[in-house]
Amino acid sequence: MEIETAFHHGAVADDAKPILEMRGIKKHFGNVIALAGVSFDIRPGECHCLLGDNGAGKSTFIKTMSGVHKPTEGEILFEDKPMNFSSPRDAMEAGIATVFQDLAMIPLMSVTRNFFMGREPTKGAGPFKRFDVARANEVCVEEMRNMGINLRGPDQAVGTLSGGERQTVAIARAVYFGAKVLILDEPTSALGVRQTSNVLATIDKVRKQGVGVVFISHNVRHAMAVGDRFTVLNRGKTLGTATRGEITPNELQDLMAGGQEMAQLEGSLGGTI
Amino acid sequence: MPADSTVTDERVREETLLARLMKRPELGAIAGLILVTIFFLFTANASMFTLSGIMNFLTPAAQLGILAIGASLLMIGGEFDLSIGSMVAFAGMIFGALVVNLGLPLIVAIPGTLIFAGMMGVVNGQLVIRTGLPSFIVTLAFLFILRGLSLVGLKYLTGGSTQLRGVRDAVGDDWLAPFFSGDAFTGLFAKLAEWGWIDTFKSGAPKVPGVPVEILWFIGIALFATWILLRTPAGNWIFAAGGDKNAASNSGVPVNRVKTTLFIVTACCAALVAIMTVIDAGSTDARRGFQKEFEAIIAAVIGGSLLTGGYGSAIGAFFGSIIFGMVVIGLTYTSIDQDWFQVFLGGMLLLAVIFNNVIRKRVTGER
Repeated sequence: MEIETAFHHGAVADDAKPILEMRGIKKHFGNVIALAGVSFDIRPGECHCLLGDNGAGKSTFIKTMSGVHKPTEGEILFEDKPMNFSSPRDAMEAGIATVFQDLAMIPLMSVTRNFFMGREPTKGAGPFKRFDVARANEVCVEEMRNMGINLRGPDQAVGTLSGGERQTVAIARAVYFGAKVLILDEPTSALGVRQTSNVLATIDKVRKQGVGVVFISHNVRHAMAVGDRFTVLNRGKTLGTATRGEITPNELQDLMAGGQEMAQLEGSLGGTI
Repeated sequence: MPADSTVTDERVREETLLARLMKRPELGAIAGLILVTIFFLFTANASMFTLSGIMNFLTPAAQLGILAIGASLLMIGGEFDLSIGSMVAFAGMIFGALVVNLGLPLIVAIPGTLIFAGMMGVVNGQLVIRTGLPSFIVTLAFLFILRGLSLVGLKYLTGGSTQLRGVRDAVGDDWLAPFFSGDAFTGLFAKLAEWGWIDTFKSGAPKVPGVPVEILWFIGIALFATWILLRTPAGNWIFAAGGDKNAASNSGVPVNRVKTTLFIVTACCAALVAIMTVIDAGSTDARRGFQKEFEAIIAAVIGGSLLTGGYGSAIGAFFGSIIFGMVVIGLTYTSIDQDWFQVFLGGMLLLAVIFNNVIRKRVTGER
């Protein structure tokens, strides 16, 4: 399989209008303050990385973005209109698709059946309305090929795909069904080197189609490989957003860890992290 | 992607036809059917494979098969229904009461019975969904509840007996009766007998007067269920709901509606069997459908349905039921003690489960 090694980073003008804007998002769970005023935005055709260590509030934040949680305070603007998502379905319909770590894939079912799960194309009318299997197969194989995956056949079970390929199916599915903003929750966390580069290549392809990609990760290298902008979350707060070229991996790493300890640790480990 | 992207992945070997066939869920059942047929071709009296012999074993196969197809759909959807055997007795009682005690015509009594059964299906389904308990436990409770209700109800209806008679007189020559009892295509079979194409009695009447209607229902339901499963969005939802209900509902599949509908379908399959067997027998009793839930699940498993859901086939359950009918009736054509049947059944189940497990691993590429 061919792997694109050069990423052509999104040539997004700095003044491009954000498609999704989150302003001063706060989220409290009882007396726990999970998010203490986070601002974030995503422009079409860019890959905005959201970095943070475990417990930084990444998950809470993307769940707020994708309609799972309602923010306690703050506003969400989608295409300049204030949004109040009451369920993930609302967000999905607006064009915000989230690929969670479990991928919402069923290993025993074929790639096509997974691809169209819940949104099957039909033909015929009334009682003869039926699943248009031929078209579904055709679309699925075509979409997967565009993402660089050659299926053995549309009836190949998802269980036979590698982790990276499954991730790609989930991404391709979200994009096919009209995602304008694609939120990827740690897509590379469980993958090997080769599979990771496949997924990063996929992100690059999706970005070129004008989709705004939110890439959540705690791996700075993966983020640096595709990201156009980087926002670091630490203890429920943003530590600022940096543009590609403005920041080095080491600085990012330090920000994520919240300062000096990391620099010291890294010194003792000989810079291997 | 450049044009050469159609090259296949060099790490994936070309699959042979056999390997591809191995992935069909119903393969085991078809192979089993061939084996059983060969077995009886050698051991059984030749009359087993005459037209009348075939009808002989297809009739019980059909009665079980209608239950098994319902059970297999529900199993693919990720749930069990252990109450279908008791449901046959319960629906039989309701049907008997509507026809005999209330004197209703079939056009009212049959939909009435199906609605009653469907409501019990809703109760089962909602209990499973709302409590989050395994359907195994919930429907096990209903196995006893419905059987008990049938006993109590029949005693109440008949004034102390557990058998309700008089269905035949009550049904009489209702215009709907031929759709649910007796034989179909009798005219055709009479003609075939006349032309000497099929065996006849000395009087010239055919030995087999027609195709028992339950066989036609059986074939019809198997084809319909297969069509639903493989060629409609609802079929995709059934596989998805059984495969992983969280993933399915995150993708927009109405999982609860799918499962409740499947419980209704299973209950209605039981009611349909009850209606046909009660009209045929002319009476209903509280033991009707005893242990049919297990036989139906066995037929579904032989047909390739996984106990964990998400995988299986209705046509597999169809063949599984024919194997079952063949063995039950076939043993009477041999010199083998008929009681071996249960041993055989248990053995078949065990083999099928092991076989299915292997298939599942192949399909999902587990190592």
